Amino acid sequence: MQEMMKKRALQLLQDGTVERVLAWKTGEFSYDITPAVFESAEEIEKDFVYDAFCAANLSKYLVALSKKEGKTLAFLKPCDSYSFQQLMKEHRVDRDNVYIIGIACDGKADADKIKDSGIKGIKNIADNGDKLVVETIYSESTELDKKDFLAERCLNCKSRKVVIYDEMIGENGEVLDSNRFDMVEKIEAMTSEERFEFWQNELSRCIRCNACRNVCPACTCEKCVFDNDASGIANKAAANSFEENMFHIIRAFHVAGRCTDCGECSRVCPQHIPLHLLNRKFIKDMNEFYGEYQAGEDLETRPPLVNFTMDDVEPSIVNEKGGKE
Amino acid sequence: MQKIGVFVCWCGSNIAGTVDVHAVAETLKKEPGVVFSTDYQYMCSEAGQNLIKDSIKEYGLTGVVICSCSPRMHENTFRKAAQSVGLNPYMVEVANIREQCSWIHKDMATATEKAVILGRAAIAKVHLNAPLTAGESPVVKRALVIGGGIAGIQTALDIAEAGFEVDIVEKSPTIGGKMAQIDKTFPTLDCAACILTPKMVEAAQQEKIKIYSYSEVDEVKGFVGNFSVKIRRKARYVNEDICTGCGVCTEKCPQKKVPNEFNLGMDNRRAIYIPFAQAVPKVATIDPNYCTMLKTGKCGVCSKVCTAKAIDYTQKDEFVEAQYGAIVVATGFNPISLEKYDEFAYSQSPDVVTSLEYERLMNAAGPTSGTLLRPSDLTHPKTIVFVQCVGSRCDGGDKGKPYCSKVCCMYTAKHAMLTREKYPDTDVYVFYIDVRTPGKNFDEFYRRAVEDYGVHYIKGMVGKVVPQDGKLKVQASDLLSNEQLHIDADMVVLAAAIEPDKTARPLATMLTASMDTNDFFTEAHPKLRPVESPTAGVFLSGMCQGPKDIPETVSQASAAAAKVIGLLAKDKLTCNPCVAHSDEQLCNGCSSCEKVCPYGAITYQDKEFRMPNRTVAVRRVASVNPAVCQGCGACTVACPSGAMDLNGFSNRQIMAEVDAICK
Repeated sequence: MQEMMKKRALQLLQDGTVERVLAWKTGEFSYDITPAVFESAEEIEKDFVYDAFCAANLSKYLVALSKKEGKTLAFLKPCDSYSFQQLMKEHRVDRDNVYIIGIACDGKADADKIKDSGIKGIKNIADNGDKLVVETIYSESTELDKKDFLAERCLNCKSRKVVIYDEMIGENGEVLDSNRFDMVEKIEAMTSEERFEFWQNELSRCIRCNACRNVCPACTCEKCVFDNDASGIANKAAANSFEENMFHIIRAFHVAGRCTDCGECSRVCPQHIPLHLLNRKFIKDMNEFYGEYQAGEDLETRPPLVNFTMDDVEPSIVNEKGGKE
Repeated sequence: MQKIGVFVCWCGSNIAGTVDVHAVAETLKKEPGVVFSTDYQYMCSEAGQNLIKDSIKEYGLTGVVICSCSPRMHENTFRKAAQSVGLNPYMVEVANIREQCSWIHKDMATATEKAVILGRAAIAKVHLNAPLTAGESPVVKRALVIGGGIAGIQTALDIAEAGFEVDIVEKSPTIGGKMAQIDKTFPTLDCAACILTPKMVEAAQQEKIKIYSYSEVDEVKGFVGNFSVKIRRKARYVNEDICTGCGVCTEKCPQKKVPNEFNLGMDNRRAIYIPFAQAVPKVATIDPNYCTMLKTGKCGVCSKVCTAKAIDYTQKDEFVEAQYGAIVVATGFNPISLEKYDEFAYSQSPDVVTSLEYERLMNAAGPTSGTLLRPSDLTHPKTIVFVQCVGSRCDGGDKGKPYCSKVCCMYTAKHAMLTREKYPDTDVYVFYIDVRTPGKNFDEFYRRAVEDYGVHYIKGMVGKVVPQDGKLKVQASDLLSNEQLHIDADMVVLAAAIEPDKTARPLATMLTASMDTNDFFTEAHPKLRPVESPTAGVFLSGMCQGPKDIPETVSQASAAAAKVIGLLAKDKLTCNPCVAHSDEQLCNGCSSCEKVCPYGAITYQDKEFRMPNRTVAVRRVASVNPAVCQGCGACTVACPSGAMDLNGFSNRQIMAEVDAICK
């Protein structure tokens, strides 16, 4: 896979179709992979990587890259393609300036899960198809089944279909029946006290590093309200622990209907707060109140919360449905 | 820092009875920025207003908080008072301590505490208020009347009489509405056609009135004084300007089996038809659901017989876009469907009819040419049972309507009386819950039916009607003598409840006019503004606002016309300066606001912005048309970055109010 992608990237760069390539490169550790922009063949030969740890959603980088002169080649996984299409709807990316190669995805591995399984001193993890080969500083080599170490979002994958692309590498997948709302249902079943305690426990760990916001493809405001002194709420979220929680709740409201459930927020959270559950609750509610809706699935439909039509349901209907415990 | 004056109104005992107004004034005096605080018996009175004016002058107030009734009531009064002494009227805030406080609380201590909190919120808001200046918008001097029944006709005639242009949009091929189907009118028993058709002709001949018959309103944009309306002129496949209404086509058309809706399906018409002899405009219309030519392309008889060459099978729906200063809704009513009333055997026997069907059976232009014959075997019915309140005054369930349909008591008395007068050998029974006949000469009319015409009025309801051996076996209870009755009737007449026309609900959405749970339009004030909708520039005429008889409908129609004339007589209207605006530095161009705006006030443009290092970036940003914006605020909550904001109700002002309440 990596070689095919590399070859195609070099071709497109050399024949002048694109000016730059948006993909991934290795960070400090082999499993610590970071998005990267390559502008020359040398850089690609040296650093280009694609394996089970290329988890980052690349769509958001195209907000800036698609405004640059010349085309950008972007490798988009199914998740990334939903986000990209949602950004197109919001006029945040310029489709004409992006050459999209869709890449089939069968789930990304979660390095933390491997560490949590008790393997210490990891030096390198190699992606060997279905297997992951872990080398440690103790010069041991362990072979693991990749499926046992998939990220939560991949275990509950909603779709393996790349929804927008110019060409595909690998065979495009299908929309899946996932169990992604199971945990939301569990939380819904709690009493309000239990639920408050659950979220208090999770959100109180927040250190306001803003990683979730910065990585979120739905958070592309020119200036975030939390960074805007004039908004009158910038410092509110830092005032006390309760309002700290409000940061996440406000953010969930802001992305409601536009969140494609790519799961980046939870992936990047250094405190392992399951932030995606807040977004999934919104998605589930919207599905129930207004009918199934998947953000980024197409270019025509409007998110139910950010739309006005003559046949909008009356608020009372939402109340009736929403009022049920 | 603002210099704020606080004025707490007693509203007689309305507020002072439950709220310690003196304590409220004293407590609010301690709020930051408050330089003067007092209470007074009637702040809206001249003396009260003078108190405000004098204090503004004496203390140099820059902001005013009035703790009183709802701002809907007197905000304008207080704004005008402030303006008269040079304070910008938008520096006045009203804290509603009546409807939202004193009227709904009983305990003085808690009500007082709440009044203080509400006052505090208003003070917090005033601190962030900025002077606003209202612009002006021109008034298009033409009105639109939607619905061409007696209500619409009367309104249009009155508006035209005052010298303004007025268009009527009527969805059926002729104006006239329900009144055209009625035989005689209570309480005077004059013939409906004799008093209606001259009005229809007058409307057609009045040069200020334009009638769009067989047309519907497709889209409404704009605002009071300047509505833009898209009217769909449905294809009638007949050139209206050429057709002479001679009626030859309607006699020669080979498609004879089309239920005639004017006679409620009790007889047939042709596929090309003129609804009734006095139709206005008197032109033929082809029913595309039945026309063989339109369906199969094989026929063309009407085209051959038409000497005026008016038939045009290729006609398409056409659209007219027109501007109006005011819109009058006169969409009228229909009797409810009786499908759910199996107990009265309505769908089992043709001899069980609705009152409107009975009206057609009595009418000289009806299916039986005015001779009362029962539909099943065309014989004279000897025993007729009238059942009142079928679907009216039903509480609970989805079967009927909770309200009284108001007209049934009177028209049933009329039917009973006319039947007895024409056919004295007929036995007539009327089953009722109550007989409600208030109105000039109404109760006398009903008593004549009972006393002079010998109609049997029986308090009680009919339980069941069973068609058997050519008779209708009626089982009923007489509540006064407490006995079960069994009547072998020849006909049963059901006084079906009335309901607003089905087109009213989508129209209300287009007009952003509010409706009640029964789909009747809501008036701006049930007592003081009964013909205005809460949406500025939209007026109500006739049954669309609630059940009413013809005299009431006509009075309301004229009242609505008076309101329209008052609006159209103005050259300019003062705009609401509380409109949205976008901060282009913050706007992402994401279109969220554009898509939630019910008025289409938001557009986008690509704009150049200076960036660091002398570079220029082009960004897509929103802009609001202040003339179209109604200040509803939907955009401000849809905007994720807070770029959209509303004058007079800014995000910061609202947050300040919330903070003050939660303090």
